[in-house]
Amino acid sequence: MFKQLLLIAFLIPSISAVASPEKDYDEFVSYFENRFPDTPFEDYKNGVYSIDKSAREQWEAMEEFPPYELNVDRGEELFNRPFKNGNTYGSCFENDGIGIRQNYPYFDTEKNKVVTLEGALNDCRVKNGEKPLSYFKGKELAHVSAYMAYTSRGNKFNVQIPNTKEALDAYEDGRRLYFTKKGQLNFSCADCHVYQTGTKLRADIPSPAIGHPTHFPVYRSGMGRLVTLHERFAGCLNRIRAKSFKGGSDELNNLEFFTTFMSNGLEVNGPGSRK
Amino acid sequence: MKSLIKSLLFVIILMPIASFPDTIAEGKKLTFDRKKGNCLACHMIEDGELAGNNGPPLLAMKARFPDREILFQQIWDPTEKDPYSFMPPFGKHGALTRNEINKIIDYLYTL
Ligand code: HEC
Ligand code: HEC
Repeated sequence: MFKQLLLIAFLIPSISAVASPEKDYDEFVSYFENRFPDTPFEDYKNGVYSIDKSAREQWEAMEEFPPYELNVDRGEELFNRPFKNGNTYGSCFENDGIGIRQNYPYFDTEKNKVVTLEGALNDCRVKNGEKPLSYFKGKELAHVSAYMAYTSRGNKFNVQIPNTKEALDAYEDGRRLYFTKKGQLNFSCADCHVYQTGTKLRADIPSPAIGHPTHFPVYRSGMGRLVTLHERFAGCLNRIRAKSFKGGSDELNNLEFFTTFMSNGLEVNGPGSRK
Repeated sequence: MKSLIKSLLFVIILMPIASFPDTIAEGKKLTFDRKKGNCLACHMIEDGELAGNNGPPLLAMKARFPDREILFQQIWDPTEKDPYSFMPPFGKHGALTRNEINKIIDYLYTL
């Protein structure tokens, strides 16, 4: 019954015409509280392991010798390596880029667009005469992002949505993408990560929607490399045989804006490890 | 000319399949194949390993679905009955052909 109500509340977004991110957030958090009463809120940063006790033990054992350690070291090296003009990534960021992961994404009210950490890293490169990098395949961008997340562990996400039409539209756009059924298989993100969370799809259990961005980029042992959040989004879109979007596109930026707002109050714990 | 040869080849390739007697075995393959029905992702089915559990178990199908048309419709487009259904509209969205769905049903009726 509760599920049905939530469904209706989310699927008819225009009841009040104006997006209400705070109301959505409260509804989201209380939905998961009801659904998984044994999971403390702080634990949602652990993704599927916050609700799957049996897989959790194995994962905790893996985390004792983190498979992403070398990636974090490599990320630090790349982060500190000067561009051709002598500047480094740190020069583009507050606090030289240390401990700031939780402030991303944010809405830039001058450019009127969502800026993600990876997007800001690419902007930084372009400003310094370097080419922007790909979000895919676990290359330099994923490594630098993993290092920056690592320096921010324990800080809490605090994404703000400025009270402007453009910012609310970007949020709404991300939310719509999350709740709209699409692709040949006709799934929405919410079908798996809200309504069917915790059920089994073959051997996979889809994780709760809150807490998704906290531990990205993720080291996937099956792939033997880092995966950025946008590559993961694209992976799920491919799986449902839906049209995907480019890393750093407005669509995926807005999707990240929505899902990270839904994860406010949770700690940064990237990079994470997954199978 | 080229396209004529192509369509002739097509007919020749399809012929033996169309008259293949064991549609039940084929139906089972389509039901289990991850790139086709992948019904196991969500349904428990006899002999199926690593079955999912968000749809009801597929058993006693003849008793529960005496009307073949209703079963066909559920696989063709479950959103007709329930627009929020988690089950994909395999036929409507072209993931399975009419012919493939019929083979799947032949198999389901053995369960
Ligand atoms: C058919 C089911 C399904 C759909 C639809 C789906 N996902 Fe997933 N998703 C999964 C499964 C299963 C996993 C792997 C287990 C998990 O959640 O960690 C996963 C993993 C993820 C992860 C990584 C979680 C982590 O902790 O590493 C993210 C992020 C994600 N999905 C986002 C999305 C988004 C955004 C959409 C919609 C565009 C979407 N998913 C659609 C099933 C789905
Ligand atoms: C992603 C999940 C999913 C997949 C894949 C899936 N189903 Fe379903 N199925 C469901 C759900 C959920 C229901 C419950 C009723 C509804 O939502 O339509 C259902 C209901 C059914 C029913 C009605 C059962 C009953 O007892 O009322 C049949 C028959 C069925 N599915 C057959 C299939 C077949 C055959 C396939 C593969 C070709 C398949 N399903 C693939 C999720 C799925």
